[in-house]
Amino acid sequence: MMATLSDPMAPSPFRVQGVRKETYDTFTLELLPANGATGFAFAPGQFNMVYVSGVGEVPISISGDPAKPRTLIHTVRSVGTVTKKICQPQAGSVLGVRGPFGSSWPVEQAVGSDVVIVCGGIGLAPLRPALYHVMANRGKYGRVALLYGARTPEDLLYKTELPKWRGQFDLQVEVTVDSATGGWRGNVGVVTTLIPPARFDPENTVAMVCGPEVMMRFTLLELEKRGVPSENTFVSMERNMKCAVGFCGHCQFGPTFICKDGPVFRFDQIQPFFVTREI
Amino acid sequence: MGNPSQSAEPAVLERDHLQSLLDVLSKRGFRVLGPTVRDRAIVYDDLTSVADAPVGWTDEQDGGTYRLKKRADGALFGYTKGPTSWKNFLHPSVVRLWRAKTGGNGFKIEEGAENAGKLAFIGVRSCDLHAIAVQDKVFLDGKYSDPVYKARRKDSFIVAVNCGQADGTCFCVSMNTGPKATSGFDLALTEVLDAKRHYFVVEIGTKQGGEVLGQVPHKPAAATEKAAAERIVAEAAGRMGRTMNTKGIKELLYGNYDNPRWDDVAKRCLTCGNCTLVCPTCFCTTVEDTTDLAGEHVERWRKLDSCFTMDFSYIHGGSVRASNRARYRQWMTHKLATWIDQFGTSGCVGCGRCITWCPVAIDITEEAGAIRKSDKSR
Amino acid sequence: MATESLERILGEHPFFKGLEEPYLQLFVDCASNVRFNAGETIFREGGDADKFYLIRQGKVALETAAPQRGSVIIQTLGEGEVLGWSWLVAPYRWRFDARATELTRAIALDGKCLRGRSEEDHDLGYELMKRAAQIMEQRLQAARLQLLDVYGSGAGSKR
Repeated sequence: MMATLSDPMAPSPFRVQGVRKETYDTFTLELLPANGATGFAFAPGQFNMVYVSGVGEVPISISGDPAKPRTLIHTVRSVGTVTKKICQPQAGSVLGVRGPFGSSWPVEQAVGSDVVIVCGGIGLAPLRPALYHVMANRGKYGRVALLYGARTPEDLLYKTELPKWRGQFDLQVEVTVDSATGGWRGNVGVVTTLIPPARFDPENTVAMVCGPEVMMRFTLLELEKRGVPSENTFVSMERNMKCAVGFCGHCQFGPTFICKDGPVFRFDQIQPFFVTREI
Repeated sequence: MGNPSQSAEPAVLERDHLQSLLDVLSKRGFRVLGPTVRDRAIVYDDLTSVADAPVGWTDEQDGGTYRLKKRADGALFGYTKGPTSWKNFLHPSVVRLWRAKTGGNGFKIEEGAENAGKLAFIGVRSCDLHAIAVQDKVFLDGKYSDPVYKARRKDSFIVAVNCGQADGTCFCVSMNTGPKATSGFDLALTEVLDAKRHYFVVEIGTKQGGEVLGQVPHKPAAATEKAAAERIVAEAAGRMGRTMNTKGIKELLYGNYDNPRWDDVAKRCLTCGNCTLVCPTCFCTTVEDTTDLAGEHVERWRKLDSCFTMDFSYIHGGSVRASNRARYRQWMTHKLATWIDQFGTSGCVGCGRCITWCPVAIDITEEAGAIRKSDKSR
Repeated sequence: MATESLERILGEHPFFKGLEEPYLQLFVDCASNVRFNAGETIFREGGDADKFYLIRQGKVALETAAPQRGSVIIQTLGEGEVLGWSWLVAPYRWRFDARATELTRAIALDGKCLRGRSEEDHDLGYELMKRAAQIMEQRLQAARLQLLDVYGSGAGSKR
């Protein structure tokens, strides 16, 4: 359901069909259009403005499978007034949705290359649609690696899917956490440590990175060290958003509007702004 | 809005017939807005009678200074610009976007933005004409257009007024935005006032402008009258209070994000946001969702916002631009540089309002000059 | 695992890159293959740090006992990584426990012997210090990033 060109600030109603708890503060919602529309088409990396009636509206990445537009999936972290309400829906409650907005991950450009997805924390949520797309069109890509870091094992998203992805022979999945108790048998350490040993050809790779800005900064350094050109590296940026259509001015990042020029950017195009403080 | 039509020659409108122009517009269903004195300033508001115009008033402006002074003559447009601009009407500071009713099936939007009717602006300076054109690009030229701005702009009727004077903060000549109005108006007036006569030389800009003028007593302008008008405007052009060197200014600001001058201005800037309020091109807004106590009726409102607030860039438990330095830099770099990459024009029209209304007299032309002098990008 | 000469393995390992021949042979003389079963302790916090290891296969957890939290893993090291640098810095005691979390094969190097040789041959010492410093730098950077707790909760907008 495209935000109508005639009134881009008017949301459409969507009913909450299911809620699944990912971590103590993060939930994945399944939404269906409440006004009879057949689905919600989007490109991986795009986001919606999600509205709680009378409370407010927040930008949330779409984290479902773009090839399955019937249900709209959002993974939401409960951190403020609006997201708290989104994460505690009553049975059959209705949310407003405007979108999809923004630029998308370069899944077409990556055809014929290796693909490296590096994400941290909830940064996996906006990248999952890209991973779905790549896996659904596996033959078009070279080696594919998912490198995922979280705070602790309890903070990992999509805990049942991760081992399934890992179990596929044609996908390298490496997961690490910042700290763990003794029972954890996986990696402990920052996500950047997963980059040097990952299996991909730096000269023929498209890298997609998403996570807290600090994590992205260090990740980009590590990718550069391995020889991945910044023209082949893509990041998803985030700023305060009120309108998502380029009018409120809040999401400006240098000369770009993250709502319409982003959120996905080719890194070399924003590199000078990325390293400027308080921009 | 179009360029002055080639075939329509300038006309002359006597001062005493100006009221007729306002009446014709009212009769055609326009809400007529123009300058008036209120609270010791000249602001734009409803103007139905010429008597309510700032007859015989002028303004003296400089950094952080605005005073009204009585003129020796009875000029109607003998001032330059006040704290308000036409964005008050095209991009209102508080506007309801929609209201909806909630119920079992979620919510249903019942009504969009209020219909503001047709607006007629009397006394639009050339800098403000350019400001309107700048905001047209922001709100009408992208993938989405703003329905509130679009509706108000679509039927607007613009009577521009060429400047006969400039004040201490004007720099439209530097920005190539005046003082003569060259396009974007339906009618453009130049006030000519001497010992014997008081009249306006009228340029017709559009077909509708010609139609409206047709209903007002007027006659073709004589060569002397046209020359008088040109002289007046030329004189205004020579009296600019400030200048701004715009050569390579985009690259200059892109290359000076770390210039220590920002620390200098940060010590003075109060982040009060006055500049963003009076600037005719500043467009940033925020959105507020409201509800009644029962949660049955909800509304979405849009309000003017300013990049100088801490809230503006707030994410993840903190503001991205927490320091004064970062916020002033954002405003000025946006206005003079990144705006060009975003919308194809400068965001600044050289009106000088930000200099006049800054409580500590920060001067955008001076800051730009200081950065140019200490350019760190070379 | 196929038998490969220690010399070749060491020579190809990034830690030893650029080392000249007499030194490389010295390392080979001080090296031996070792193996740890899953769950086996490799060294304990406070113990004498006399060896270091090049991990060839498997995973090792560096952990510490924190009161009320049990043992907390602060880092895991895997194939190709170097385990242990405390053997080169006084007081030569391990800072953390090291435990193999799965079957791990490694090459153990006699750090104590190398320390002694370095006192006599400062060029050797310098080569060792350079390489150890690099590892410490990597660990420090990673530790700092962990310290920033970037995934910590905070009010958020998108995501």
